[in-house]
Amino acid sequence: MSEPNSSSAAVVVEGLSKSFDRPEHQVSTLKEQVLQPFRPRRSRHLRALQDVSLSVGRGEFLGIVGRNGSGKSTLLKCLAGIYRADQGKIWINGSVSTFIELGVGFNPELAALDNVMINAAMLGLSRREAKQRFDAVIDFAELEDFTDLKIKNYSSGMRVRLAFSVMIQLDADVLLIDEVLAVGDAAFQQKCFDEFEQTKQKNKTVLLVTHNMGAVDRFCDRAVLLERGRIAAIGEPEAVAQRYVDLNFSPAARTAAAKAESAVNLAPDADDILSGDGRAVIEEAWFEDSDGKRLTTLTSGADVAFSARIRFVEAVRNPIFSVTLSSSARIPLFSASSEWSKQPSGQFAAGEELVWKVDFKNALGPDRYGVTPAVTLRDGATLAARERISSVVVTRTNPGPLVDIPFTQQLLRSTPTDANQG
Amino acid sequence: MTTDPSAHGRPITGPGAFGDDAQHFWRLVWTLATTSFKLRFFGSALGYLWQLMRPLMLFAVMYVIFTVILGVGDGEPLYGVALLLGIVFFQFFTDSVGVAVRSIIAREALIRKVDFPRLAVPLACVLQALFNLGLNLIVVLLFLIANGGHLMLSWIQFPLILLMLICFSSGLAMILSAMYVRFRDVQPIWEVITQALFYGTPILYTISMVVDKAGLPTARILLMNPVASAIQQARHAMIDHSYVAVGNVYGTLAGDLIPIGISVATLIIGLLYFRAAAPHMAERL
Repeated sequence: MSEPNSSSAAVVVEGLSKSFDRPEHQVSTLKEQVLQPFRPRRSRHLRALQDVSLSVGRGEFLGIVGRNGSGKSTLLKCLAGIYRADQGKIWINGSVSTFIELGVGFNPELAALDNVMINAAMLGLSRREAKQRFDAVIDFAELEDFTDLKIKNYSSGMRVRLAFSVMIQLDADVLLIDEVLAVGDAAFQQKCFDEFEQTKQKNKTVLLVTHNMGAVDRFCDRAVLLERGRIAAIGEPEAVAQRYVDLNFSPAARTAAAKAESAVNLAPDADDILSGDGRAVIEEAWFEDSDGKRLTTLTSGADVAFSARIRFVEAVRNPIFSVTLSSSARIPLFSASSEWSKQPSGQFAAGEELVWKVDFKNALGPDRYGVTPAVTLRDGATLAARERISSVVVTRTNPGPLVDIPFTQQLLRSTPTDANQG
Repeated sequence: MTTDPSAHGRPITGPGAFGDDAQHFWRLVWTLATTSFKLRFFGSALGYLWQLMRPLMLFAVMYVIFTVILGVGDGEPLYGVALLLGIVFFQFFTDSVGVAVRSIIAREALIRKVDFPRLAVPLACVLQALFNLGLNLIVVLLFLIANGGHLMLSWIQFPLILLMLICFSSGLAMILSAMYVRFRDVQPIWEVITQALFYGTPILYTISMVVDKAGLPTARILLMNPVASAIQQARHAMIDHSYVAVGNVYGTLAGDLIPIGISVATLIIGLLYFRAAAPHMAERL
């Protein structure tokens, strides 16, 4: 075997694509196939990975992050050789050890020794090598007292410890690790961290899938952010982790932005039910920021304005303008109306147009809000109303309750101490 | 960017049926078979005894009904041993194929997490059934000797007969285990077929009875089933030559080639089908 040049990569992925056909009926039967051989079987085409290319250098510690369903685990499984890629190529330089879905495939009916032996046989180790490995595995997993216990009687933490130990004791050149930090107690996590330090020192290549941004920051030389099966970002762990956090907490913002491209002012999911006697028409309604720029998403806490352009068909005296924002559960959360102002709105001629503008500080929490503007009269007649003419998405960097009322707080303790003097 | 494959190391192409190292493959089959064999025996203290009890109990019931009550085996030499041999062979067939059908699903945890040659899973089931057969055959042998059977030159046929049975069982194990991943009604369908095969195989009766009662063509059709001809030929070669040889039923020695051909064809179809299905098993579980 020729030694590749020192700059060569440990893992190379080129144009990797993988999709799954998920049948709508989870279980298909032979009977179905025989009785209706020509009926097209409906299935959902799921693109898990689309044209992913990356190269991981020898000794590099690469973090793979992304939201659930972004393709992280599929990528790892393709690398591990568990899935066959639809398109693209993968090369790995050196031996590989994998830790997937919190385990390495134990048989719950068997004791630790048998499981370790099966695992070794699967990786191509001889019985002697496997036996030698066993002590180290048990030692690392701290399961000396439980070697005869069937795996099914292990606690989930013990199981993960054993699996991680099996994986790490293989001493492979490339480690593919999926979500090891999500389970186990603090001591085990520390052990994982220590082991990560070790692998870095031993110049091993690690690909770690995790949601733990602290670990990404601490161990990774580089990180990859996957989003919908594509690489959304690759580079400095800190920057990628930040992108991940942004992405994670404003999913609604992205969907809203996508929708806004197709319909500028009228989100497609709005009902826009017209009512009223037609003496006035609500031409359009929108939100804008303090600079007058129209918005499709609002940020919690920002100063924003709602505007509606209204045209009168007949002459009207003292109409009342109002708007209601209701949550996705259709609960009205905020209303603004000209009814409560001291001055009546005055006389409007037929054909006259105006813009009614409401400035407010957005105290609403993250959700999608339906916007219902209306023009009414004091006697209860509705001139024009458009129920849920549009919807608007409110985002905030952290998820939270539906209203975000500004507040101050203080501590009032019954016995004053030095501590709260300051 | 030009890519020189050798500079990147080994290409990862996903899981296959065989893997690329024969020794590795057989070690895996062996380990999987021995661990589940051990599991079955040491799971209960009397594990081995229970394992032996199954064919023996069935044998006892059949023996009483067919020889004592119905008098089926009258005039057949060593009918009891022939019956036991049939039961033991058929048990190997149902043990290997019946367990293999569900084997890929049963090993789900492994398939989803490790890249290993997938074919090792159904083959380990066949190997495990072979271990059982070995133990059961010891009992058959003791029975044979106790009933006055004697060593014959034709015993050398036994490995070939066994090989045919293994080929056929392995082929079916591969086809059905791969099919079961996609079609979950394969298992109940197979159970029904097994039941039908039990009565369609000369286990309780002998092929000469079929020739007498239903005619030669029926006997020839029945013996196309490799399990049936394995049992018949083993009776002929191992117990007593008065049990007619498979070739004699077909009237020519070349008649032996029919069940052998079917076994080999089943094995080849099994290998091809399993090889095609293996790369995508993990995602279809």
